[in-house]
Amino acid sequence: MNLSALNMPGLVEWVASSALSKAISTSTWAFAVIESVHLLALAVIGGAVLIVDLKLLGFGIRTQGLEEIARDAQKWFLGSWLVMIVTGLLLFWSEPQKLYYSTPFAVKMLCLLLGTIFALTVRRKVTLAGEGRVSPAVMKLVALVSLTLWFGVGAGGRWIGFSG
Amino acid sequence: MSLLPFCQWLADTPGSIALHESLYMYPLVESAHVLTLCLFLGMAIMFDLRLLGVALRSVRITEIKRRLGPWMTVGFIVMVITGALLFYAIPVRSYQSIWFRGKVVALILAGLNAFVFHAGVDRRVAEWDLAPVPPPAARRAGATSLVLWAVIVVAGRMIAYNWFDCDKQPQPHFVNVVAGCVVPPPGGGR
Repeated sequence: MNLSALNMPGLVEWVASSALSKAISTSTWAFAVIESVHLLALAVIGGAVLIVDLKLLGFGIRTQGLEEIARDAQKWFLGSWLVMIVTGLLLFWSEPQKLYYSTPFAVKMLCLLLGTIFALTVRRKVTLAGEGRVSPAVMKLVALVSLTLWFGVGAGGRWIGFSG
Repeated sequence: MSLLPFCQWLADTPGSIALHESLYMYPLVESAHVLTLCLFLGMAIMFDLRLLGVALRSVRITEIKRRLGPWMTVGFIVMVITGALLFYAIPVRSYQSIWFRGKVVALILAGLNAFVFHAGVDRRVAEWDLAPVPPPAARRAGATSLVLWAVIVVAGRMIAYNWFDCDKQPQPHFVNVVAGCVVPPPGGGR
């Protein structure tokens, strides 16, 4: 499974022939620097996701309500998500052909799409529902789905570098 | 005293060779090292941001430590074990990497920063446990920690690049000194 199933060779060709793509891929430092920023944002988004999911699982901060923690984490989540997307796009821009045929990249993109939708819909609704409105079992399930999807994004991302 | 002979001995041990040459073990260990970043550093960043007074402002410092501290500790232990295994797989090149050396220095500084925090302003945490913006010493500790861990992450990522490797000569004199490269004298004499 890879993104070539989407049948967009023209788009990949256009990205690969762009000046930005050539600039990043021929630079000694650009890829490494962009990837470092990508990694730093990973740590932040990891913290923002975990602090809420741990609470959903019953292991998080107890003195505050779920809604308050979720609202607090939300801005760090969105901020780091944006940095991840921008740096991720730049990384994609530098080697579109490789990623077009990469299975780990396809897994990562699928998990990213599902993870983002899940975070902005079901998980958001559950975390902002208010005390006692959602059963602990459902909260735990939501946390496990969230953690699984984001793990897929991270593991897929790391595995891109090991394959091909 | 140079640790180079020890690293060379380590590199020749069967375990090091096996890990270095393994098809899946090395990538798995490295993936665990990178992904545990989310657990350890993710929690540490949240704590540091609380110390800076920009996140979780209404939560007690002691509550964050009590509830998130154990997760941070678990993450840290996994980071240390997987990190040690990564070093074990590639000892000589890591030892002679300016990035690895920079990372170790930054790790020591981060440890010192944590020690100063715990031995200092953290002992009076009862006085500022609920302060939305903690006292200057706590904010300094949080900011220092964030900067040092950013350096540690970036330096760690850069270890993968061979720009300044000892076997890639000529390197600037500065690099050879910092990396501890054993460079034959000019003219080829040995």
